[in-house]
Amino acid sequence: DTSLAEVNSFSPSVPISPSSMINQYKFEDGPELRDLFVTVDDPESHITAIETFITYRVVTKTTRGEFDSSEFEVRRRYQDFLWLKSKLEEAHPTLIIPPLPEKFIMKGMVERFSDEFIETRRKALHKFLNRIADHPTLTFNEDFKIFLTAQAWELSSHKKQGPSLLSRMGQTVRAVASSVRGAVKNRPEMFTEMNNYMETFSQKMNLLDKIARRIYKEEREYFNEMKEYGPIHTLWSASEEDIADSLKGIASCIDRCCKATEKRMAGLSEHLLPILHEYVLYSEILMGVLKRRDQIQGELESKVDALASKKTEKDLFSEEIGKLEDKVERANNALKADWDRWKQNMQWDMRSSFTNVAENNLRYYEE
Amino acid sequence: RAVESQSEGQCAPVDSLWRRYSEFELLRNYLSVTYPHIVVPPLPEKRADFVWHKLSADNMDPDFVERRRIGLENFLLRVASHPVLCQDKIFYAFLTQEGGWKEMVNETGFQLKADSRLKALNATFRVKNPDKRFTELKHYSDELQSVISHLLRVRARVADRLYGVYKVHGNYGRVFSEWSAIEKEMGDGLQSAGHHMDVYAASIDDILEEEEHYADQLKEYLFYAEALRAVCRKHELMQYDLEMAAQDLTSKKQQCEELATGTVRTFSLKGMTSKLFGQETPEQREAKIKVLEEQIQEGEEQLKSKNLEGRDFVKSAWADIERFKEQKNHDLKEALISYAVMQISMCKKGIQVWTNAKECFSKM
Repeated sequence: DTSLAEVNSFSPSVPISPSSMINQYKFEDGPELRDLFVTVDDPESHITAIETFITYRVVTKTTRGEFDSSEFEVRRRYQDFLWLKSKLEEAHPTLIIPPLPEKFIMKGMVERFSDEFIETRRKALHKFLNRIADHPTLTFNEDFKIFLTAQAWELSSHKKQGPSLLSRMGQTVRAVASSVRGAVKNRPEMFTEMNNYMETFSQKMNLLDKIARRIYKEEREYFNEMKEYGPIHTLWSASEEDIADSLKGIASCIDRCCKATEKRMAGLSEHLLPILHEYVLYSEILMGVLKRRDQIQGELESKVDALASKKTEKDLFSEEIGKLEDKVERANNALKADWDRWKQNMQWDMRSSFTNVAENNLRYYEE
Repeated sequence: RAVESQSEGQCAPVDSLWRRYSEFELLRNYLSVTYPHIVVPPLPEKRADFVWHKLSADNMDPDFVERRRIGLENFLLRVASHPVLCQDKIFYAFLTQEGGWKEMVNETGFQLKADSRLKALNATFRVKNPDKRFTELKHYSDELQSVISHLLRVRARVADRLYGVYKVHGNYGRVFSEWSAIEKEMGDGLQSAGHHMDVYAASIDDILEEEEHYADQLKEYLFYAEALRAVCRKHELMQYDLEMAAQDLTSKKQQCEELATGTVRTFSLKGMTSKLFGQETPEQREAKIKVLEEQIQEGEEQLKSKNLEGRDFVKSAWADIERFKEQKNHDLKEALISYAVMQISMCKKGIQVWTNAKECFSKM
């Protein structure tokens, strides 16, 4: 558990890197302080007898000593990312693991393997790895390192080494048992506040996500109609003499407005929509983190209850309880620190996304 | 004089408005028949057309009624400012005489002068040598009608979509406000940004209302196309009449000649039957020739006057058409300019709102 010990020695408010490498915003700590750079690109489709899937190229550049080399290039598929996420959750149950893009989109707007879908997913995967790289604790996680550096066969064999089926089942049983037990008894005020906050936040994020997508849709429909609007004026000008030039002028203006609308739409879909979607996912993640913290505390409480009823085996229990108390304290501290960090980043993301929207709209109207 | 044109349908209760509209129609019909060489100004639409979702298609809707009132007033102003039409006594009576106006119009018997639709259609198909300018004008008016109605349809759809974009932004206002309640540092920025989103969403109503006036200006010329076509049709009818009269005259002259010389140049049933059943007596033939000669005389006079009428019509119609063209070019240019000005103003408002919003966001 050495990773948890490093929690207290990180620097706060490291901004999260944006979705595309192209718009690298300035980091508060400056990119010079980063010693690990990750990119996800070059999707390739693979067809086997059983299935078709996409792999992405993951390139890592680093100056860290614990890495055997300074550059790595591997190919990973979506499943591998899922594996990494679950390993991170296992190792750090009360840290906020960044969201992964969903398995599939039910919306029907985008086909399963369309270029648009793949590109959206690629960007999200890129962001996922970068957020982990920026996280003061997660960046040093062993599975993360293996994910970035191992060749395909190495990764497969490592994956098989994971906790046994039995121990994973045990974990699930404990989780179910704790949820059956009911709400934790002495939850610190702070975490109840977090819970309440997350409930409202999650609701609002979902609404904002819907609103932004609706705006995008309306802008798209507006654009479609405008495409037809300009040419009518040109057609009309062909029948006229005196006012032909005025009509042609209006036609060209309308066409320029069309282009401006396209840019505005692109701005929405590149910046605001992905961010809002991520925070919808983050809401779920955070609710999960809070639940896991509750579970850990629940374990402690049930042991304490057991002790209260079995006064005879006090010594045995007290060692266990001591360990659990430590566990709870570490979990709480980890969560508290990560929560603060997450909130800072959320504010930064929201501020920059919405400011970006305002700027796009200004540019649109100016054009 | 035109100043007295208080649209009498203005403050009337709803059902008398309907009567009034029909009186406007009666007036216009009278003017069209009495002055067929004039491009008579059109009436505003009877039913709401080219609506987008916000505008109700209901003819009783107050906005529609108001826009129609403006259209009717405009119609009267057009007539009053026309050098020929403004002198008409029936028009003057429409403006000044409360009761008995309808009877007065009917007494003029203008309905009898109206050309039947069938006659006009027939003429359009069969006329051989209409003045080229009128043929071109007819094509132009068809094109104008088709392009303006297409434009208005698309404009309505564009307006609908624009409305959607603006109004959905209003939802931001509500959610931002609710969200700001749980945020400490971001709360103020969110709250004030939300207010600006509400302002943005509300601004579209005025913008689109102004655009409706622009649409109405275009609609007037859409309906003017029909007035142009009416003048062309009248010309075709007169020309056809002329051609028929000339043709009739020629055939009568031919008949006369045949009877006089006894030669049959053209096949005729009468000729055949007379050949089969015996010829007519010289007295009968003389009588026929006399009748024909009278008819020919009449015909030639009629042809002369029809020719004159036709030429006069073409001259005066074309003069009014030139006047109309200038009016149209002037009006449409102004309308287009005002449309551009509206768009600029819309963008300025947008810049203001988003500048404010940006400031609020950057303070989050």
